[in-house]
Amino acid sequence: MNAPVTESQLDWRLIGTIDDVPLQGSRCVKNGETTIAIFRTAKDEIFALEDKCPHKNGPLSQGIVHDGCVTCPLHNWVISLESGMAQGADSGQTASYPVRVEGREIYLSLSPKV
Amino acid sequence: MTKARLVIVGNGMAPGRMLEHLFDLAGDAFDVTIFNAEPRVNYDRIMLSPVLSGEKSYEDIIIHGDGWYEEHGITLHRGEKVVKIDRVGKTVTSEGGIVAPYDKLVLATGSNPFIIPVPGHQLDGVLAYRDLDDVDGMLKAVEQGGRAVVIGGGLLGLEAAAGLKMRGMDVTVLHLMPTLMERQLDPAAGYLLQKELEGRGIEVRCGANTKAIHGDGKVEQVELEDGTIIDATLVVMAVGIRPNVELAKESGLDVNRGIVTDSAMCTSDPDIYSVGECAEVGGRVYGLVAPLYQMAKSAAHHLCKLEDNDFVHAETPTKLKVTGVNLYSVGEFGDGPDLEDVVLRDANRGTYRRVIMRGNQVVGAVLYGDVTDGMWYNEMLKSGQDISEIRDTLIFGQAHQGGAAADPLAAVANLADDAEICGCNGICKGQIVKTIQDKGLTSLAEVRAHTKASASCGTCTGLVESVMAITLGDGYAKKVEGMCGCTDLGHGDVRRLIKAKGLKSIPAIMQELEWKTSGGCAKCRPALNYYLLADWPGEYKDDQQSRFINERVHANIQKDGTYSVVPRMWGGMTTSDELRAIADVVDKFKIPDVKVTGGQRIDLLGVKKEDLPAVWADLNAAGMVSGHAYAKGLRTVKTCVGSTWCRFGTQDSTGLGIKLEKFMWGSWTPAKVKLAVTGCPRNCAEATCKDIGVICVDSGYEIVYGGAAGLHIQGTTKLGTVKTEEEVMEIAGAMTQMYREQGFYLERIYKWADRVGYDTVKAAIFDDLDSRRAYNERFIYSQKFSQTDPWSERVSGVDKHEFNPLAVFGEEAMEPAE
Ligand code: SRM
Ligand SMILES: Cc1cc2nc3c(=O)[nH]c(=O)nc-3n(C[C@H](O)[C@H](O)[C@H](O)COP(=O)(O)OP(=O)(O)OC[C@H]3O[C@@H](n4cnc5c(N)ncnc54)[C@H](O)[C@@H]3O)c2cc1C
Ligand code: SF4
Ligand code: FES
Repeated sequence: MNAPVTESQLDWRLIGTIDDVPLQGSRCVKNGETTIAIFRTAKDEIFALEDKCPHKNGPLSQGIVHDGCVTCPLHNWVISLESGMAQGADSGQTASYPVRVEGREIYLSLSPKV
Repeated sequence: MTKARLVIVGNGMAPGRMLEHLFDLAGDAFDVTIFNAEPRVNYDRIMLSPVLSGEKSYEDIIIHGDGWYEEHGITLHRGEKVVKIDRVGKTVTSEGGIVAPYDKLVLATGSNPFIIPVPGHQLDGVLAYRDLDDVDGMLKAVEQGGRAVVIGGGLLGLEAAAGLKMRGMDVTVLHLMPTLMERQLDPAAGYLLQKELEGRGIEVRCGANTKAIHGDGKVEQVELEDGTIIDATLVVMAVGIRPNVELAKESGLDVNRGIVTDSAMCTSDPDIYSVGECAEVGGRVYGLVAPLYQMAKSAAHHLCKLEDNDFVHAETPTKLKVTGVNLYSVGEFGDGPDLEDVVLRDANRGTYRRVIMRGNQVVGAVLYGDVTDGMWYNEMLKSGQDISEIRDTLIFGQAHQGGAAADPLAAVANLADDAEICGCNGICKGQIVKTIQDKGLTSLAEVRAHTKASASCGTCTGLVESVMAITLGDGYAKKVEGMCGCTDLGHGDVRRLIKAKGLKSIPAIMQELEWKTSGGCAKCRPALNYYLLADWPGEYKDDQQSRFINERVHANIQKDGTYSVVPRMWGGMTTSDELRAIADVVDKFKIPDVKVTGGQRIDLLGVKKEDLPAVWADLNAAGMVSGHAYAKGLRTVKTCVGSTWCRFGTQDSTGLGIKLEKFMWGSWTPAKVKLAVTGCPRNCAEATCKDIGVICVDSGYEIVYGGAAGLHIQGTTKLGTVKTEEEVMEIAGAMTQMYREQGFYLERIYKWADRVGYDTVKAAIFDDLDSRRAYNERFIYSQKFSQTDPWSERVSGVDKHEFNPLAVFGEEAMEPAE
């Protein structure tokens, strides 16, 4: 159960295209009880994080996206889009999910990175 | 021994190069037959742009002339499209019925240009940009003159635009994305490019979505999604290409985005190879010739049974072939958190350079203006060289390596006394040093006042400060704080320079004012967005992604991620109908809490984000609009009952409050603005702690301003007394506008007035009637663009994406797939 997920085991889901996510913005994917925020940076990179700030569960999808990070809308923690780690003096980590972009299509794995 | 029969479908640049390698490796071991749908020999497609612009002719760009085919005994079927492959019988058949047997087949069908299927796309005068026929078509349009509309601001579109402009047409480029060539350039370089093209008289519209092309038989007009109509005699669509895989698909070969090949360029059929834009190798398809040439080499080697030269992916630099435009881009230029970048901007020379690193390796570079170092960076990128030794000076380029580390202060210290520092005012270093010493100056403001250095456009501010630091040593502590880590300029300088230099977009500000980061941060972007909105009403398009969530979704985010909704209640008045509608909304959407706010209206707390548009729709239907309880803008106008009911009321304070709120709602301001109108000096509406307050008295209206009762408590200062409601309205508009033009982002009216001085405000707004009128007129003008109810806009579909999830998976989605 705790074995690392390998690439081939990942369950890739097509969730839409890059163009569905606003530039420097975010859209959400619901997976049962979990909400996953899909971010698009100024350079069209796509990242996926659980939509929960490590501070007090703020919805990261609602923050401002900049420099590979998102600033949480509740108390301005800055979270790395790639690793989910809080930046600067704050500490904490949000689950991140593997994403793959093919052409303009975005594929998301519903198992968080380990 | 009979020769092996090699048949090639397509006669573009990739197979042309492949044959050159093949003849080198194997002499005339193959009997070659080529089918080409285009009725031509192999020409340099890349050079179509110089042909279009008139800098070259078709003859100049032929790669293999007729003689070459003869010399190598190649049969070339021109204008013959292959329509069938018989993989069992090993033959191909063309449209004209020519059948050719093969031992080895190479598919090199290239790409098809993508045509956006908008209404009117089949009209005469709509062209793609792919082959010589397209160029000939464009040159025919040039003869008629008029305007060419180029759809697509990528490499091809811009080359077409520049060529058509050089041929004398009027040209408009429509680009869907906010900046040009966004796949290759970051917004800063995209901005410089746009400026350059505009300087050549090409009109560029970014964020433009084509809705339809109109015309009777032939193109006459292009209509955009926002309703704009552009007259046009020619439309060039350059919005992308699709690998041409039709034939391969019908023949049952493995096809993904392109024809799938291994690293030897062999398809799923061992006798069929594929090269060029139609081939997909290692999961990638390509659209630039460098990798295609590599495919050509691999295929040639493997056709000769040489097991080397397998295809490997490499980053290909992009350049735009428009004479006089220098840009270079290679590799990654994103802003992932594991990426670090260094930016160097020189606003005077219009150059920009950015090097992107991961760990100790260069992974990308974007250069605009001076591109000489592009190759050098690309070398480092390709070799994966460890750059830790030269990291500090990397950005200055190859010429600066080996010398002392580039320290800006040292560089300024080394400048000669007659080196010019301030170009606008022609002030040199020696003058500044002397004035500082003679007059004992210690601040930038003083140096500006005494020398004029950096007092005009201000871009040399950093240099002047360096001169001060050198002259004063430790005695000089920089006083102005930069807006944020992205710039050393303070809010005041940024506001002044936006106006002075006519900067109209966030990338423009970042380039011209030499931002140190490529795309700003969560502190500066909202501020810049506000400054642009305030300074260029009607022109600047609000950047939603530079706004905090509350302003983006027009509701206040709560601690649990739900929202609160506050409808406007003009002047604190409501009706039974409104209350009933609110009650219905609360029931319908199961809103947990309803509260009376401190601003005389009702707050619906705990609304789910998905429900927001529906909640607004219902409130709108009852005539209510957004209360902007979230906005850096007008919040509430509190009133008391006034002369309508109160036995002490001197004027209609409620009515005036409603008028003010209806006049001022919707405007964006540096921070929130709250008003109150109270019916007599008993002050039940608490006018004396508001941003602007009105106290009704028998003889008229006393106006006060600069109050606060939040983090800081400050009573208002008196502005003056006027006789009529009209004057109150004019003063409120004028004061708000002055504040809008001068305030720093997040600075409330009291802080702004403390900073600029209460006398200054009074002189401009109260004493000088012309100045008051001018400010108020500017306020009224800008209100024309801001008084749209954001709720009804969203209800009618604006920003729909904000409120719907992208995808929904059930619990079962967690189970791994079979
Ligand atoms: C709802 C309300 C409290 C209430 O239940 O009554 C309220 C709620 C909030 N106030 Fe307030 N303020 C409310 C009236 C006030 C008042 C009273 C007034 O306006 O007469 C004040 C003092 C007067 C003043 O502004 O000077 C007030 C001073 C503040 C401040 C301090 C501002 C300052 O410059 O010192 C903040 C913090 C800020 O803006 O940075 C703040 C911020 C907030 C925020 C936006 C906090 C936040 O960032 O999330 C709260 C939003 C809650 C929400 O989702 O609705 N609120 N807030 C009141 C809404 C009024 C309305 O109808 O729009
Ligand atoms: C205006 C312009 C400017 C460019 N600038 C640059 C640049 O600066 N740098 C760069 O690296 N690249 C540039 N490119 C891209 C480059 O030209 C292409 O990547 C390259 O030419 C593709 O070569 P190819 O052999 O794969 O395909 P093509 O050159 O497209 O050749 C395919 C040929 O196959 C024929 N064909 C298709 N189907 C059949 C069939 N069934 N039967 C017979 N024949 C068929 C077609 O008619 C076509 O002639 C530019 C392209 C254009 C149009
Ligand atoms: S006083 Fe504080 S807790 Fe209460 S609404 Fe205002 S900001 Fe929120
Ligand atoms: S919940 Fe994200 S910063 Fe507090």
